[in-house]
Amino acid sequence: MTGAYLLSQIVNGLVLGAMYALIAIGFSMIYGIVRLINFAHGDIFAIGAFAALGSIALAGLPFPIAVLAVLTAGALVGLLVERAAFRPMRGAPQVTGFIASLAVAIIIENLAVMTITAQPRTFAVPAWLGTLVPLGGISVRVVDLAIVGLALVLMAALVAFVRFTRTGMAMRATAENYAVARLMGIDIDRMIALAFAIGSALAAVAGLMWGAKYGQISPLMGTVPGLKAFVAAVIGGVGSISGAVLGGFVLGLAEVLFVGLLPSEFSAFRNAFVFAALILVLLVMPNGLLGKSAETRA
Amino acid sequence: MSGGAFLLRLVLPIALGAALVFAATLGLDPYSLTILQFVGINVILAVSLNVTNGFTGLFSLGHPAFMTIGGYVAAILAMPTARKTAMLRDLPPLLAGQEWPFPLALAAGGLVAALAAAVVGIPVLRLRGHYLAVATLGLIFIVQSLAVNLPGITRGALGLSGLPPLTNPWWVYLVLVLTLLVCWRVKHASLGRTMLAIRENELAAACLGVKVARTRVLAFALGAFFAGVAGGLWAHLVTLISPSSFSILLGFQLIVMVVLGGTGSIVGTAIAAVVLTLATEWLRPLEEAAGFFGASQIIVAVGVILVLIFRPSGLFGTAEPRPFAALAARRRRRAVPPDPVP
Repeated sequence: MTGAYLLSQIVNGLVLGAMYALIAIGFSMIYGIVRLINFAHGDIFAIGAFAALGSIALAGLPFPIAVLAVLTAGALVGLLVERAAFRPMRGAPQVTGFIASLAVAIIIENLAVMTITAQPRTFAVPAWLGTLVPLGGISVRVVDLAIVGLALVLMAALVAFVRFTRTGMAMRATAENYAVARLMGIDIDRMIALAFAIGSALAAVAGLMWGAKYGQISPLMGTVPGLKAFVAAVIGGVGSISGAVLGGFVLGLAEVLFVGLLPSEFSAFRNAFVFAALILVLLVMPNGLLGKSAETRA
Repeated sequence: MSGGAFLLRLVLPIALGAALVFAATLGLDPYSLTILQFVGINVILAVSLNVTNGFTGLFSLGHPAFMTIGGYVAAILAMPTARKTAMLRDLPPLLAGQEWPFPLALAAGGLVAALAAAVVGIPVLRLRGHYLAVATLGLIFIVQSLAVNLPGITRGALGLSGLPPLTNPWWVYLVLVLTLLVCWRVKHASLGRTMLAIRENELAAACLGVKVARTRVLAFALGAFFAGVAGGLWAHLVTLISPSSFSILLGFQLIVMVVLGGTGSIVGTAIAAVVLTLATEWLRPLEEAAGFFGASQIIVAVGVILVLIFRPSGLFGTAEPRPFAALAARRRRRAVPPDPVP
C-alpha cells in the first residue's frame, strides 16, 4: 500500500464526507428545533439530483446558476413538505412525526417513479469538471475539489448566518427552548419553516454533487445516503450543526477507508459497517461527539 | 374459567374460523386462496409488531429483518436434502443433512429470530423512541448484507428459489390463532400490564418494581418470534426467499397497519391488516389499467398522514372494539376475588 493510494482514498473519503455532512446538517437542524427525524430528507436529496439534471441538461443553465436553482428547488420542496405534512401534527408525540415522514418518503418516491420512472439516468457534467489536477503527488478530479470547496463555502455561510444574524439568533433560541423563544416574540412557525428550507436546500445540493461525482442518478438513490447521513448526524451529536459537519466527514472517511484498506471480501459489508457504527456510537456516547446531553435538551 | 365459558369464548370462535378456512379451501380458486394466506400472514405480522410497538411503545422497524432471518432458517431446515446438495453445495455438513418437518422448521425460524432480537435488543433497547427506530432500520440493512454476503448458506443475492410449497391455509390459520391467542393473553395478563406501564411512564414503572429492561427485550423478542415464523410461512408460500424479499417498504406497511388499527389494539390492528392487504390487492389491477404504478402506495401514505392528523391514536385507539373488550373485562372481573368483609 503506497502513500499515494492512501492519499487518494482520503480525498475520496473527504468528498463522500462533504456530501454526508451537507445532508446531515438538515437532519440536525430540523431535529434541533422540532425533535423530528425527517425520513424524507434522503428523498429531497434525490429531488435535488433531478433538479440539477433538469437545469443542466434540459434547461442548459451554466453550472454555477444550476447550483442556485437546485438550492431554490430544495428549499421550496422542504417548505412544502413542512407545511403539508408536519405543521398540522405539531405537538404530537415524536414517533407520530417519524411515521409521517416515512409516509412522505413513500409519496415522494412513488410520485418520482410514476413521473420519471425508476430507471437510473446518466448525469453528464461539463468537461472541465472531469479534468485532473495534480495535488500533493496524486491527481485529483476538479469535481472532487469543487464538491469539497462548495460544501465548505455553504457550511461557512450557514454558520455565519446562524451565529451573526438576528434570524440566526432567533433560530438558536428556538432550538434552545421552544416555549421561552415563543414568549420572546419569536415566530416559531417561521423558524421551523426556515430550518426545513435551509436543510432541504443543502440536501438538494448534495444530490447535485452526488450526480456529478458518480455520473448516475435514480429516483430511489436517496434512501441509503439519507440513512447514512442520519448516522453521521448521530455520530456528531444530533441537533448540533458543527457536530453534523464533523460526523459527516468522520463517517465518509471511515466508510471509504473501511472499503479501501480492508481486504476486498469485506467491502460488500460497507452498509452493515455503517449501521453497526451507528449502534456502537449510540451505546458508547449517545450524545455524539458534540451533542448536548439529553437531560439539558429535554 | 368455567367449562361453558371456555367453550363459548375459545373453542367456538376457533372452530368457526376453521370451518371458514375449510369452506375457503373448497370454494375458492387458487389465486384467491393465495391472497387469503397473505392476508393471514400480514395479520400475524401486524399483530405481533403491535406487541413491540403498541403495547410496549418501542418503535421498532425491524420486522423485515426478523422475517428474513426466520425465512432463511425455515427454508434451509425444511429443504429436501437432495435439493440442498444441488443448490447449496457449500452448506456446512451439520445443516446439509437436516430435513425437518415444516412446523418444526417454522418454529426454529421463529426461535432464531427471537434469539437474534434478544442479542440485538439487549444493547439497542437502551435507546429511546426514534433512535430505536433508526437502529432497527439499520438492522434491516445489516441482515440484508449478511444474506447477500454469506453465499455458502444463503446463495447470496440469488436467494433460495424453488422451495417446496409447504404453506397452506391450515398452517397459516394455525399460526394466526396462536399469534392472536398469545398476544391477547399477554395484553390481558400482568405481563401486558407491565408493558403498558413502561409505555405510559417508564420511570414510574421502574419505581413500582417493573423490570423495564427485561420486559422490553421480552416484548421485542416475542414480536420477532412471530415475525420469524411469518417469514417462514411467506417463503414457503411464494417458494422463494432472497435478501430483498422483505424490505423497508414492508416494514412501513406493517407500521401503517398498527397505526391505522390503533397502537395497542389487537382487533383494530387485525382489521387494518385485512383491509389494507385486500385493498392493495384490489387496487393493483386498477393501477395497471391506468398505468399509474405506485398510486395505491401514495393513497395509503396520504391516508396515514390524514389519520395521524385527525385521529392520532388510530381508528380504534388502545382499546379493543366493544364486543371483544367486554369479553376480556368479564373474565377479569371474575378472576379477582371479592374483598373480604372486615
